[in-house]
Amino acid sequence: MSSPSDLNLDYVANLARLALTEEEKREFARQLGDILHYVEKLRQVDVTGVEPMAHASPVFNVWAADVAGPGLPVEAALRNAPARRDDTIVVPKVVE
Amino acid sequence: MADEIIHQPAARLAALLAAGKLSSLKLVQACFARTRAVDDRVQAFNSCDEAAALAAAQASDARRAAGQARGPLDGIPVGLKDVIAVEGQPLTCSSRMLANFVSPYDATVTQKLKAAGAIPLGRLNMDEFAMGSSTENSAFRPTANPWDLTRVPGGSSGGSAAAVAAGELPLTLGSDTGGSIRQPAALCGIVGLKPTYGLVSRYGLAAYASSLDQIGPLARTVEDAALLLGVIAGHDPRDSTSFQAEVPDYRAGLAARKGPWRLGVPKEFFGAGLDPEVSAAVKRALEFYRQQGCEIREVSLPLAAEYAIATYYLIATAEASSNLARYDGIRYGHRSAAAKDAIDIYTRSRAEGFGPEVKRRIILGTHVLSSGYYDAYYLRAQKVRTLIRNEFAAVLRDCDALLSPTSPVPAFKLGEKSADPLAMYLTDIYTISVNLAGLPGISIPCGFTGGGLPIGLQLIGRPFDEAGLLAIAHAYEQAHEWQHKHPAL
Repeated sequence: MSSPSDLNLDYVANLARLALTEEEKREFARQLGDILHYVEKLRQVDVTGVEPMAHASPVFNVWAADVAGPGLPVEAALRNAPARRDDTIVVPKVVE
Repeated sequence: MADEIIHQPAARLAALLAAGKLSSLKLVQACFARTRAVDDRVQAFNSCDEAAALAAAQASDARRAAGQARGPLDGIPVGLKDVIAVEGQPLTCSSRMLANFVSPYDATVTQKLKAAGAIPLGRLNMDEFAMGSSTENSAFRPTANPWDLTRVPGGSSGGSAAAVAAGELPLTLGSDTGGSIRQPAALCGIVGLKPTYGLVSRYGLAAYASSLDQIGPLARTVEDAALLLGVIAGHDPRDSTSFQAEVPDYRAGLAARKGPWRLGVPKEFFGAGLDPEVSAAVKRALEFYRQQGCEIREVSLPLAAEYAIATYYLIATAEASSNLARYDGIRYGHRSAAAKDAIDIYTRSRAEGFGPEVKRRIILGTHVLSSGYYDAYYLRAQKVRTLIRNEFAAVLRDCDALLSPTSPVPAFKLGEKSADPLAMYLTDIYTISVNLAGLPGISIPCGFTGGGLPIGLQLIGRPFDEAGLLAIAHAYEQAHEWQHKHPAL
């Protein structure tokens, strides 16, 4: 397992699309360092040959029938949009 | 009238409704009156649509008058943690990100409540996005513990627990990812049940950690929890982890499922860090079961005790970082007014919309999933999770249930642990492994500290054996008087 000091906050914050202030970076570096140090204890467990477990439900490969059903009406789907015009969500231009 | 309603179990209120001695309208009005009297101090509610609840109460009374009452919960108000969707109602997750969000549809549990005639009443405070153990991470305000207003109600379903304890609502729903129903139930002196993963649909529950989240009831009695579970449980094609299980009559099972039982006591759950008064109360409960003829056997869960919290904080944060990627400021939720381009909308909206604990968990989860760290952290945690589940399965082969404290400490002071995330995480030490293993767990009151704070007993059952778990809890509750004590507010 890597060292807790490997946490590169700028790199990870960019991956998470989350802007952090300098004060948040200082605080998180300390707090997350503590937590990463704590989880290092998992290195002690012998996991040789153990299958990883994604969830505890005894349900696998669930298929839905390929049948069209009702969806949200447009007005309901757009009700929470931060900015809208007609039946669309307004966003900044992304292509020059 | 009010005294006959406040603090009464839902089953008792249902009997009054059925006998024509109470109307749903009067009951709902009594809940409003109690909330107006105490909630400026308890602060359990984020919001409440009184008009919708009154209309639903009148519809219930009309059904009953026509001889068409739908069952025991018809006309009973049920509060919802502000993470469960009710069409046309706010859904804030106690986050600035969703401060103005209105649900476009009902969660499956909401549909089931409405179909049973129950009245969704109130949006209850919580730790932001269900991340926390004290409800102090709410972006709006902390909730106070009704037994001592200077202390936390637990979390993350703190509003759901405090509202029941304070007499504001007879029943509420919460969600439990690492203890978020059971721990606040313990700290507020009520009953809280986390069902087996897959028993209750998660459709319409704002996701935190999808492989761990379950919706469950908070109630004044085990019987009430059984009634509410019977309404919300069952297969739902809209949740692909939902299990095709028969839903038994849980209330009928309380008397039908008889002991004596074989109860396991995990020795590691009574070690360092356990408050002596909590330990003594739980051991008295254990003695009660022994005197009832139950076979008490010491069992060992070394991996769960030592590694569950570390495993949880890798898996839960990884899932959270993925689930919360949807809050991007584009389609719904907070959008930063300062943003200049698309990337800016993401990074600034999320910076402005999320509180510190949510940001910490997103960062940690993103880190443990990132290239070069995935195998060492996330994959290893998933393997340890398998070992923890196997460990529980082995001890539950020979035991009907396991018995432990719910929380190592009674309600702590507001502000006491909020500066130290790791110290807060460690308060979930007895509940978190139950989510990793997907098992059902219930917390019931088992006494008070010398200072008058409630103490919770946790019982852990076999997968999908809620009926057995509730019967074991009911046997203890019936022989004790804890549920008849109420906080002075």
